[in-house]
Amino acid sequence: MNGASLQRKVANAAVPVAFGVGFVVLWEFLVRWRDIKQFILPRPSMIWKEAVNNAGFLRSAATVSGTNALVGLVCGIIIGCAVAMIANRFKILAELVTPLSAAISAIPIVVIVSILNNMFRIGSEVPRRLMVTIVVFFVVFVNVARGLRQSNSTQMELMRSYAASPSQVMKKVRFPNALPFLFTAIKIAAPLAVTTAFVSEYFGGTQDGLGQKIPAAMANSKDPLGWAYVGAACVLGLGFFIAANVLEYVAVPWQRSRNSG
Amino acid sequence: MKHESHSPDQSLGQPAVVVDNVSKVFNAGGRQQVDALLDISLTVQPGEFVSLIGPSGCGKSTLLRLIADLLSVSSGSLVVNGKPAAQARLDQDYGMAFQQAGLFDWRNVAKNIELPLEIRGWDQAKRRERSAEMLELVKLSEFASHMPWQLSGGMQQRVAIARALAAHPPLLLMDEPFGALDEMTREHMQAELLSICASTSTTVIFVTHSIPEAVYLSDRVVVMSPRPGRITATIDVNLGGNRNDDTREASEFYGKITEVREALRGIEHVGGARGIEDR
Amino acid sequence: MVPGALVLMIVLWEGYKAIGPENGADVFGVRLIPRTSDRAMPHVVEMLRRFGRPEVGGGSSRTVFDAVFAATWYSFRVALLGLVLGVCFGLLIAMLMARFNLLRKGLMPYLIISQTVPLIALAPLTVSWGGRLKLGSFEWQKWMSAAMLSAFLAFFPVAVGAIRGFASPPAASLELMDSYAATWWQGFRKLRFPAALAYLMPAFKLAAAAAVVGVVVSEISIGLRFGIGRLILSYSQEATGDPAKVYTAVVGAAVLGLAMAALVSLVDRTLSKNRPAEAQA
Repeated sequence: MNGASLQRKVANAAVPVAFGVGFVVLWEFLVRWRDIKQFILPRPSMIWKEAVNNAGFLRSAATVSGTNALVGLVCGIIIGCAVAMIANRFKILAELVTPLSAAISAIPIVVIVSILNNMFRIGSEVPRRLMVTIVVFFVVFVNVARGLRQSNSTQMELMRSYAASPSQVMKKVRFPNALPFLFTAIKIAAPLAVTTAFVSEYFGGTQDGLGQKIPAAMANSKDPLGWAYVGAACVLGLGFFIAANVLEYVAVPWQRSRNSG
Repeated sequence: MKHESHSPDQSLGQPAVVVDNVSKVFNAGGRQQVDALLDISLTVQPGEFVSLIGPSGCGKSTLLRLIADLLSVSSGSLVVNGKPAAQARLDQDYGMAFQQAGLFDWRNVAKNIELPLEIRGWDQAKRRERSAEMLELVKLSEFASHMPWQLSGGMQQRVAIARALAAHPPLLLMDEPFGALDEMTREHMQAELLSICASTSTTVIFVTHSIPEAVYLSDRVVVMSPRPGRITATIDVNLGGNRNDDTREASEFYGKITEVREALRGIEHVGGARGIEDR
Repeated sequence: MVPGALVLMIVLWEGYKAIGPENGADVFGVRLIPRTSDRAMPHVVEMLRRFGRPEVGGGSSRTVFDAVFAATWYSFRVALLGLVLGVCFGLLIAMLMARFNLLRKGLMPYLIISQTVPLIALAPLTVSWGGRLKLGSFEWQKWMSAAMLSAFLAFFPVAVGAIRGFASPPAASLELMDSYAATWWQGFRKLRFPAALAYLMPAFKLAAAAAVVGVVVSEISIGLRFGIGRLILSYSQEATGDPAKVYTAVVGAAVLGLAMAALVSLVDRTLSKNRPAEAQA
């Protein structure tokens, strides 16, 4: 990177950073000036103080929710890819699952965690992980199925001219062609997994995740702490998203130029 | 550079491709029936360079795909390398290059060239050796481990040609391979292709829109007309084996260009020739 | 194929119930195989029957169907209000960002980040507003918190879609407008806005789903009664004695989401007569 482009990057980053800082300062100032009550809107400085004082609690709660999200994410990706590949061979399966996934994207699917809770023993984290798996599955299935369908026609003609077998075509053309679609799905699914794991906790079960801690803090009138937990949830979601992007950068390098261009 | 000759017993006397009375109909019997090709006959001798030229919709790409057995004939017979076209495909008796290089983004240059060999089940050492040889042929040895998207359009097309020739097929089928390149690169690639063909004594069937390209490259230019696709003229180009940039300035070259253009103009009076480049 | 998909789900459910272990089972020491007892997995027929029976014992109360319907209708209205507010604000902000470069540069990264963080976490933070926040004679109601969160969640996809859409016309078209000496507003009305429609419709669909989730989750986390989210929670707490009941409420939530999606595609249908296919979001 040369000096000029570095300078431009700094200049580009300066505006959003200024907006962010300005927003927080304005918030702090408004709350102090208008003497807004803590239960309506706590000051950013108070939230930060609570976050630092309770860093250990924040970390352990984030670990619980994060683990649920990660386990569900991995399971959903594996099952989604497998079903998409099977559906590429047996069209009837694709025709059954595709409208289902369209409908699921419109409904608040997370409510079925209240059903799953009854199917497992009390205190189990499995229903929440299962919930994340279901949500991730549909995202991955839809994208990977599309990727497997859309293969470059020149490449397909080439494979035919080589008299390649269907499994060679799947391995050497269809699957690598679907990889960018898989990573697009993972980028959507990773933050979604965090949100789902988190909302699942509202429906009862063990009390140790981020989703349970926020209402608990609010109920005890520890509003700034509640906001700190929200902050932790956002950091977790952002972390998953960044991780998914890094993974894509490493795994499908030929997409790099396309994403930036 | 030394090359093993391709099945010498077959190159003696036996034609490389025999197209006999071939017709191709799309959507036969349907409302949108298209007579893409009607009663085409064409014989290509080993080592010959034949161009197919004609306006859009004249069926030149269809004819190429029939020879490649990517499509099957509606009637007539097609013999490639002494066998039915389907068997020739299974034996990888031809290599093919398209307008889009069609390189696999996730494979480096050498691995792209090795792809057809992998499909045939060659072991890795043999594949390595062959891809190195092909890279030398297309003068890209130092780019073996580059990824396709790091190459220019002309270089990508050279890789595609190397891939098409990797199994040392006696026949090379090319569908407007230089159509997407700029004029300078295009002339350079034409010269490269001729020298590659000379050193490997490969038979080439080449589909193009460009009259000078067809004349510069070919021993024979086959002019086709649309609706239905037919061969209207065959022009022998005797510019000699050693063509170079001076060839493009020679009066014989211009003479042949005029001859091809007039053959195409005959079509224009009938149906209107679209998509022919005069450059 | 939608009926086929429904049949597939019912077959899977009843099939697993028939062959699965009554009390669940462990895989690698973790209880992974769900129970199939009638308490954990009631028959589909039983769920349907439950709609017609009274909500609570005693006979005089309304049927479950009436309760679920009333709750779904209540949540639908709150979600619709949220969606409309979210769409309006989203379009407004996107327009301002299209007009003022500085605003776009400053806000764009935050709009992108907003799509990756669980904004839904904000729901319980407004729990203390209901009944305590007063501005003169205006008193904040709990349902307003739900509508606000719903609007907040719907806002982001609309803003992001609209920004992309407003920026979508090719440079040549923009130069053409410049060559006509068109004002910014003319360029917006005649070029940017029509071009953005293809991006807005997928965004509206996302926003509708987000608004529904916003209402359902707010109801649960701030303890708003009357809505379908709360009904699911309270029915699921009765699951030990009345297992089929919670499924009726889940069906209500599904209907809520589908009704909202249907409404949006109706709007889409009326607006999309002279427009090419949707852009891929």
